[in-house]
Amino acid sequence: MRKMSVVAFAMTTAVMTGSAFAQTELRIGMRDDPGSLDPATNATFVGRVSLQSICDKLVDIDADGNLQPMLAESWQWSEDGKEVTLSLRQGVVFHDGTPFDAEAVKFNLERYLTLEGSRRRAEISTIDKVDVLDDHTVKLTLEAPSVSLLTQFTDRAGMMISPTAYGATTPEEFANRPVCAGPYTLAEYRPQQQVVLEKFPQHWRADQYSFDKVIYSAIPDSNVRLLNLRSGELDLAENVAPNDIPSLEGDSNFKVAVGDQPAFEMIQFNLKGPGANPDVANNVAVREAFSLGIDREAINQVVFGGRYTTGNQPFPPSSMWYNPEFPVPARDVEAAKAKLAEAGLDKVDIDLMISTSPERQAVAEMMQAMLSEVGINLNIQPTEFVSMRQRASSGDFQAYVIGSSGRVDPDLNISLTFECGTANNVGGYCSEELDSLLAKGRATADPEARKPIYADAIKVIMKDMPGIYLYNQRAAYAMTSKLEGFQPFPDGIIRLEGVKLAE
Amino acid sequence: MTRLIARRLIELIPTLLILSVIIFLLQRLLPGDPAIALAGDDSDPELLEQIRRQYNLDQPLPIQYLSWIGGVLHGDLGNSMRLGRPVLDLILDRLPVTLQLAVMAMFFALVVGLTAGIISAIKQGTIWDYLANIVALAGISLPNFWMGIMMILFFSVMLGWLPASGYVSPAEDLQRSLLSLLMPAIVLGSGIAGVIMRHTRSAMLQALESDYVRTARAKGLFESRVVIRHAMRNALTPVITLGALEFGGLLGGAVLTEQIFNIPGFGKLIVDAVYNRDYAVVQGVVLVTAIVYVGMSLLADIGYVLANPRLRE
Repeated sequence: MRKMSVVAFAMTTAVMTGSAFAQTELRIGMRDDPGSLDPATNATFVGRVSLQSICDKLVDIDADGNLQPMLAESWQWSEDGKEVTLSLRQGVVFHDGTPFDAEAVKFNLERYLTLEGSRRRAEISTIDKVDVLDDHTVKLTLEAPSVSLLTQFTDRAGMMISPTAYGATTPEEFANRPVCAGPYTLAEYRPQQQVVLEKFPQHWRADQYSFDKVIYSAIPDSNVRLLNLRSGELDLAENVAPNDIPSLEGDSNFKVAVGDQPAFEMIQFNLKGPGANPDVANNVAVREAFSLGIDREAINQVVFGGRYTTGNQPFPPSSMWYNPEFPVPARDVEAAKAKLAEAGLDKVDIDLMISTSPERQAVAEMMQAMLSEVGINLNIQPTEFVSMRQRASSGDFQAYVIGSSGRVDPDLNISLTFECGTANNVGGYCSEELDSLLAKGRATADPEARKPIYADAIKVIMKDMPGIYLYNQRAAYAMTSKLEGFQPFPDGIIRLEGVKLAE
Repeated sequence: MTRLIARRLIELIPTLLILSVIIFLLQRLLPGDPAIALAGDDSDPELLEQIRRQYNLDQPLPIQYLSWIGGVLHGDLGNSMRLGRPVLDLILDRLPVTLQLAVMAMFFALVVGLTAGIISAIKQGTIWDYLANIVALAGISLPNFWMGIMMILFFSVMLGWLPASGYVSPAEDLQRSLLSLLMPAIVLGSGIAGVIMRHTRSAMLQALESDYVRTARAKGLFESRVVIRHAMRNALTPVITLGALEFGGLLGGAVLTEQIFNIPGFGKLIVDAVYNRDYAVVQGVVLVTAIVYVGMSLLADIGYVLANPRLRE
């Protein structure tokens, strides 16, 4: 009994101290741990989110996905798309007081290109040379035209770290204590628990960031993340499951923001590897039958409550890069059967490898039921994620489902999976026609001029069908209704500029 | 007693060596390349090569094992590939959390389990006996996951009494620390409390029917003295074994409970490490857990001797 009263007393005091807290901090619930916080070696989405507030980038995007100046105030492409000159913002300092200048940019880009274990090299390997023209101007010379390079600079490859701070410590240390030029400095990083940031008052846009302290907590279970939001221990939770949205929408204490993303979920077919199924690999008609045999709208409605975007391309239909000539096909069992007959088959067995998530399992089972009516027998193989990646990259699969968080530039949404010989092109698809379109797209700076190029690229993919796009994910965030100014961005990254908590 | 301890410590060495080989090999039998897990979305072959080189994954297995075990003997458990920190630091960071949770859960389990077990044995066949049995059964059979979520919903979301998740170190604030682990400890402890209650009950029933208890009663001792001094002392032996083993199990990491309450203990560390093929972390955690486990069973043996004078030679 005495123990009980001690506990009850402890509980009451906890409640009292909890409510007396002054609100200058923002607590965000993330799906995972960020991993390395060195932008050169970070490989996680969660890392990108924390780093957004720690490390300013050369370029950023706005809420519509358009490029925005950040540390580079402006840029100038050469006629042939092989040179770009960046004019840098003046008066910017890193967290350690080192001034940001052209030499720092050169140091950073060269580090990304040469550091052992750099995850950024592949993203910017097109850079051949970095020249410092003056204190605030750098010229990048490229091996081949690549307009999408600037989009890479809106992510980790464009994040600038302080050269002096990096030189003063070991790379391992630095990965736990990055020193950059962003609006917040890293105060504490406890792996698998939280990342705590404190405001950097000398930031060039410090007045637009209202929180003194930002805490990103790693809470992998989405149920628990929402319970923390509901109990007031979080102000904002990311990666809300589509099926949890309705309960939040009915509660005036919370609001939900949902944003379109260039993300996509697709089935990649093995066309060349040792494990390829010849019926599928050698017959476009079989792959077309697969696409015609599934009801994408029904999958979205049943598994995701209609909260994802029903799609059939590597960008959602709302994107400027979507090719409207190829709308989402309606399910047509007869046409699908006719396609199978065209390939001279009446029955096909396909092994479909998926990673072990309940949602993917549900999607796969729906497709299995739909395709059985067509004559395609889908054999679902749930495989743990890392094992799946291993099997995929060694070509030991027939078909597998992958999701991509997508990139803002259309090039990467296509080239990463379907350009000849690229690392993630595990199906071994190779088309000269597609590759030349992609090269042309990379060499064209004007978005309007790029549009027809990517429309043609989509046309090639729809014709050869090396993969089938199933739907486009949307990012959902839940937050206390006191949070103002939050908006989702197409890259899914949380940006805190202009976000504040009402009293 | 000293000999017992010394013998057990010497036995520990081959056990741990064999274990180190098993855990080392078992992990490498898992399909999936750690370099791929580490590289994330980017499977640039050159990068994969660099990662393999950096963490010696390109070396033959015996060499990898020897370089690891060599480090272990010098107190270096290697570096976590994913978290980029020494494994020893990670373990030293997590062990106190897991220990605190285990102690709190065990405390709850013992208080509830022993009390309920003794009461139900003394009051056999009454409503108290049935009630205690029902509660024990519920503790054993309710899934931790469900119980955890329900408790959060009730105590955090509805009543706002306890933090929904997270962990506060006792060094930072003792009271908040105890509160942060209260729900997880109850969730974890309830299953063990159920098991302890059942064992205590049957051991007590047996003891209460034995000759020496009859003798004690015949001597005219108070019933409370009979129960506490005579019956309970003998009934405790199996309960000590059970408690020690359950406690050892708790140290292995209460994976689900830690996940629900987001507690940075061993469970979370090892699960993430297994998924990411973070070999050094898995090896280090298993090794330390094994040492603690063996240590616990040693403590249990000492406990027997203390509880049962016949074992004192």
